[in-house]
Amino acid sequence: MHGTRILQEADRLMTVCNSCRYCEGLCAVFPAMEMRRAFSDGDLNYLANLCHACGACYTDCQFSPPHEFNVNVPKTLAVARAESYAAYAWPRAFSGAFARNGLVISLIAALSVAAFIFGFAAINDPGVLTGIHTGPGAFYRLMPHNAMALLFGAALLYAIVALAMGVRAFWRDIGEPVGMKTDAKSLLQAVRDAGELRYLDGGGVGCFNEDDHPTDRRKLYHHFTFYGFALCFAATCVGTLYHYLLAREAPYAWWDLPVVLGTLGGVGLVVGPIGLLSEKWKRDRVLVDEQQMGMDTAFILMLFLTSITGLALLLWRESAAMGPLLALHLGVVFALFITMPYGKFVHGIYRFVALVRYARERQMMAEQAPTAVIPGGAQRRTRNDE
Amino acid sequence: MVDLTRRFDVLVIGGGNAALCAAISARRAGASVLVLEGAPRFYRGGNTRHTRNMRCAHDAATEILTGPYTEEEFWKDLLLVTGGQTDEELARFMIHESKDILNWIVEQGVRWQPSLGGTLSLGRTNSFFLGGGRAMLNALYRTAEELGVDILYDAEVIDLVIEHGMFLSAQLKQPVGGRTEVRASTLVAAAGGFEANIEWLKQYWGEAADNFLIRGTPYNRGAILKMLLAKGVQEIGDPTQCHAVAIDARAPKFDGGIITRHDSVVFGIVVNKHAERFYDEGEDIWPKRYAIWGRLVAAQPDQIAYIIFDSTVVTSFMPTLFPPIAGATIAELAGKLELDAAALEKTITDFNAAVQPGTFDHTILDDCATQGITPAKTHWARRIETPPYLAYPVRPGITFTYLGTRVNKQSRMLMKDGKPSANMFAAGEIMAGNVLGKGYAAGIGMTIGSVFGRVAGREAAKNARN
Repeated sequence: MHGTRILQEADRLMTVCNSCRYCEGLCAVFPAMEMRRAFSDGDLNYLANLCHACGACYTDCQFSPPHEFNVNVPKTLAVARAESYAAYAWPRAFSGAFARNGLVISLIAALSVAAFIFGFAAINDPGVLTGIHTGPGAFYRLMPHNAMALLFGAALLYAIVALAMGVRAFWRDIGEPVGMKTDAKSLLQAVRDAGELRYLDGGGVGCFNEDDHPTDRRKLYHHFTFYGFALCFAATCVGTLYHYLLAREAPYAWWDLPVVLGTLGGVGLVVGPIGLLSEKWKRDRVLVDEQQMGMDTAFILMLFLTSITGLALLLWRESAAMGPLLALHLGVVFALFITMPYGKFVHGIYRFVALVRYARERQMMAEQAPTAVIPGGAQRRTRNDE
Repeated sequence: MVDLTRRFDVLVIGGGNAALCAAISARRAGASVLVLEGAPRFYRGGNTRHTRNMRCAHDAATEILTGPYTEEEFWKDLLLVTGGQTDEELARFMIHESKDILNWIVEQGVRWQPSLGGTLSLGRTNSFFLGGGRAMLNALYRTAEELGVDILYDAEVIDLVIEHGMFLSAQLKQPVGGRTEVRASTLVAAAGGFEANIEWLKQYWGEAADNFLIRGTPYNRGAILKMLLAKGVQEIGDPTQCHAVAIDARAPKFDGGIITRHDSVVFGIVVNKHAERFYDEGEDIWPKRYAIWGRLVAAQPDQIAYIIFDSTVVTSFMPTLFPPIAGATIAELAGKLELDAAALEKTITDFNAAVQPGTFDHTILDDCATQGITPAKTHWARRIETPPYLAYPVRPGITFTYLGTRVNKQSRMLMKDGKPSANMFAAGEIMAGNVLGKGYAAGIGMTIGSVFGRVAGREAAKNARN
């Protein structure tokens, strides 16, 4: 028996799938399943987070609905995945944030933006907020650099601690040693698999989205989003280093590294989220956990707002709109940071961790005799044919 | 909306591998093509839905095959499984053509499963469809649609108008755009066998057929085959025979597919409803290991049997869809199976006493055998003595039938007088009996479907243009 109804259903499906195994070439989930004969809660949460929701196993399955075996792996694992996010949340008191995520994120974002606007207005002389500021240190006339660095550093640090605690809970749940004895090889493999979204491709043809014609669009928009986010983050880091190491103050010229990185990243973070959102709206509802739509949309919109406000700030930084735009941008980014551990952002983290474990399992399978038992109960591989 | 006022060059009846290969190859040869699939869209493709792999000859190892499988070796395997019940000329033609199918089918969008690390997941003789048979079908349908093949689902054909071996039109049960008559210059019949037609099976098996489970969809009723044979097409294959394996008795009546099959016979014993053994469970490995058990169980009273083993072998075979039924004692297990406890205890005691020492190895015909009981278990015999005792109830799972239409190398049907039909072709299970008179070799059904489907489509297109 399992802790929740959805894990009970996931167990039923993995039992069906493990007696079939036709999908073993599509992604990582099925080979990982084949290493086991029975499934603990932790095993199912691991498989749920390993699933990239490409939909191929649903389209390819001879037992998907309306067949009486009613096999819908992508949807079942999506629900299990969402429930696992809440279960691993730290502190536990905040796990409810996942249930009404759209509402929670929009409230926090609105409050955060409002706080920056009022903060700028309250701390500074009247007129500074809507004044025109140019040259090095222009932004810091609204908020001192050290205060900005401290506030955002703290928010980021909090997010990192909360995420690490979540990962710790996940790692424990899937039965791995707390010390995370992952070798460099598994980590490197997981970085590669995550970096190229190896398993978001239906085994090679692409994702199944609105019909049974696979496309690469979801993968492409994910790449835009992820690498856009990474470039924006790099821009911030370079800016901070400029400030403290080279004593060069923002705003920087359009050709300077932080601006180039931020602009490229910002464009990625506009194109990616818009694409993801449109794919999401088109997606066949049979493949998705509709309860999650609020959370998914909230995260996509937060990323979009981050980039669009950042780009707006770049465009109008020498006008009177700079003050309000800076407040808007900082408010959105602050909200993004502090809500990271309580929203869709975590999917990337847990999926990466699942990929690390998968890489490790595969390695152990390769190193040991085919009949060897690995943690979780690996089995000799057998194939169905007739 | 498909326009039925027009006359198509090629009408394909059926919607599985053979039908789609025929439709695609006819379309590529320039013909207008209509496919009539009798099943709803989800159940399209008949038995192809449940397939996994295809057997093709090849002269060297490839990315997906671990070694060569020559035409000669393929021929010898076919000779072995059919016991010579095959048309050599047609069979050798198919085997030769199968070489090119490995690539041709990929050009039609089908993907082979690559190695999952090492060669453990690859075969030497057979190539595996990535994602299985339904993935293969989906790819063929996508290609057919992109090429402009017209496809109708739920398109049950209730009559064929055939005059002197010449196809004129087909009659649909449900009208499409107000019409039920479908006209075409040529016909490709690729509508499978009659394994889901219990009444028809009863003609040969009697009331026992009521206890058969059908592994594919309920739509494989053999209606087209019956019409063709009634309208002068020469028949081939033993009508009383079918490919049957032992599947779990708890499986649904139809469409349980491959996952209800049991491969555990060699690890235990098999008893009937009187708790008596009835056949050597250790006779042979693949394909006999399960290929013969469907018919063996069909011959037992009430068409039911029980695979019985103990807790030491549970992890020796693939995990099963239905869990084994367990008992702490033989008597308890017998009670759950509704078998006579004393009889089962005696059968197992006698069996255990007859087991001789040996070195167990399930991958070869090992030296673990019984002595002094009938029937003997000639390999892999080990005592059943470690509780819990476990059992799978099994019934015959009917996979496909052998009765079909006679064809030549053009896949053209032959009439009862031996003359080739003017414009009728057949491909797939409906004509499998030409090369597979009995028995089975893994993946050969798909070879027959793809090779003769491709040939039938090409020849039908050529025929339609002349």
